[in-house]
Amino acid sequence: MELTFYIAAAVAILATIMVITRYNMVHALLYLVVSFLAVSVVFFTLGAPFMAALEIIIYAGAIVVLIIFVIMMLHLNEEAERQEAAWLKPSVWVGPALLCLVLLAELAYIVLAVGTPAVAPQAVDARQVGLALFGPYVLGVELSGMLLMAGIVGAYHLGRQQKKVVHRFLERSAAA
Amino acid sequence: MEAGLLLAGILFMLGLISVLIRRNIIFMLLSVEIMLNAAGLAFIVAGTRSAQPDGQVMFIFILTMAAAEVSVGLALILQLYHRLKTLDSDAANKMRG
Repeated sequence: MELTFYIAAAVAILATIMVITRYNMVHALLYLVVSFLAVSVVFFTLGAPFMAALEIIIYAGAIVVLIIFVIMMLHLNEEAERQEAAWLKPSVWVGPALLCLVLLAELAYIVLAVGTPAVAPQAVDARQVGLALFGPYVLGVELSGMLLMAGIVGAYHLGRQQKKVVHRFLERSAAA
Repeated sequence: MEAGLLLAGILFMLGLISVLIRRNIIFMLLSVEIMLNAAGLAFIVAGTRSAQPDGQVMFIFILTMAAAEVSVGLALILQLYHRLKTLDSDAANKMRG
């Protein structure tokens, strides 16, 4: 179980690095799916099989497919890819990356320095999650329902195409 | 256990680096997804430690929020592309009506 965790963690980190360095958007999305699958394996080794399934179904399934549809609607070509390659010069990303690495080193030091007693992970099955979800957390479930409703309405309102209102007189003169 | 938290931290830092260095707005959205996923991983690790379902409940809420966020974000990206014909996030620095 330990070895599985470490292999999946390494795959997740490598795939995420590949995501943030690609120029082509579809290649980045493929690596993103691999990263989500690896995180799902991590969930499985941590004893959360229900969450592993949800990760694959919702993240790697629904959300990535939504992004792919939008990329297909945008008609991106090689020109956009070259522009992206020009934007991602090393002089742009070295500074933020170094500062973030310093923060990461601090985080690793804090996490590793605090000695925690090793507890063997035991599985929390879906039944317990469901009981907690509709027991003490039922208000949160209702609030997420409202959030999803607001998301649907907002996405519809924002994604609507502006209808061009052209008077038929102007239309005729434009055609002529 | 520390390794799980460390993995969540590394993934979050990678998402943060990416949202700082990329100018393409779709890549910025992908980076936000990576960061949300890392936060969910941290919740699951913390929930596993005490063998309680609370961490997984929080992960379900994060998943719901990510779905709502990505739908609204993609609608905004479509509008930006139709108005400005580019995906450069710097092109949207002025809100012209």
